[in-house]
Amino acid sequence: MSTGQNDNELISNVLGGDQQAYAVLVDRYKSYVFTLALRFTKNREDAEEVSQDIFIKAYRALADFRGASKFSTWLYTIVNTTCITFLRKKRLEVYSLDNENVFEVADSQDSGLRANLVEQKSRVNMVNQAISLLSSDDAEIITLFYKAEQSLDEIAKVLGIETNAVKVRLHRARTRLREKMQKHFAAEVNDLN
Amino acid sequence: MSEQLTMEERLWEYIDGMSTPEEKTVIDQLIEANAEWRAKYGELLEAHQLMFSSELEEPSMRFTKNIMEEIAVLQIAPAAKSYINKKIIWGIAIFFITIIAGFLIYGIGQVKWSSGSDGTKIPVDFSKIDLSPMFNNTYINIFMMLNVVLGLFLFDRYLASKRRERHKEA
Repeated sequence: MSTGQNDNELISNVLGGDQQAYAVLVDRYKSYVFTLALRFTKNREDAEEVSQDIFIKAYRALADFRGASKFSTWLYTIVNTTCITFLRKKRLEVYSLDNENVFEVADSQDSGLRANLVEQKSRVNMVNQAISLLSSDDAEIITLFYKAEQSLDEIAKVLGIETNAVKVRLHRARTRLREKMQKHFAAEVNDLN
Repeated sequence: MSEQLTMEERLWEYIDGMSTPEEKTVIDQLIEANAEWRAKYGELLEAHQLMFSSELEEPSMRFTKNIMEEIAVLQIAPAAKSYINKKIIWGIAIFFITIIAGFLIYGIGQVKWSSGSDGTKIPVDFSKIDLSPMFNNTYINIFMMLNVVLGLFLFDRYLASKRRERHKEA
């Protein structure tokens, strides 16, 4: 297995006909892609289906990756467009950042998740649950910044917006996440202090 | 409220390590001297650490296997730059430029320059340019025919590409 190789070397191998090298790339990024997809779909089955679709699309388009950006940035661009297309196909509403009702809708969508929370008081679960209560836009930007190790410039490339707009969106998303945590997990947050 | 927002924004930049060295010094001093800033900094830093502590979700155990099985029957598509035919792009450009130029020439030919104000004089007397040979029936027919053929050709290419996409999706 060529696990010691960097992304560009693996891509060269895949393009050279070594299809198995792609399995290393999939293993390397599957958790990031799946987490991002889950932020959009809010459902593990759909997230798995979308994630597989993303990796297949990326494989088909691999010759178009020129190495100008990181492979992860290129891959997350595919994640973003595929997830948005998936939501459109499912006829789910993609909520605007400016829509104040977004939180209530997210709350109602995830009432099931919150029902399990009494038994899951750990710090990690609490944060993950709080992120799942956010709109997909907010959850995506927080995941890209904190978990996918993308800089503001890279996130701007993925989302197709200006770096300053990313900064503003990230700031709003963080504020909303804190509000969510205060609203739903105030006791747990206090326990941690 | 806006002051609060500014304070938060500045603190987030400080926490993310994106502040300039001067700004960093100022915020260091504010955190040191101002209780409100210190409290807010503590609050945001804790939120920041909590966000870092969130975990990635894992897909099913068969995830990679499923993908490898799917791609086993697929081929990597050639790079877009290799199959984008520049001749087609140029064909489309020439098609539109010809139409625009044709309409412009025809439009200019129709203008009665003598009816304008006599304050300014145009160096070229357009009324004396005889465009009638360009717009006799034969030339117009040839021009229109070419446009129609080009239009049909481009429409056919568009439909063919759509058909191919549908086959791929199926």
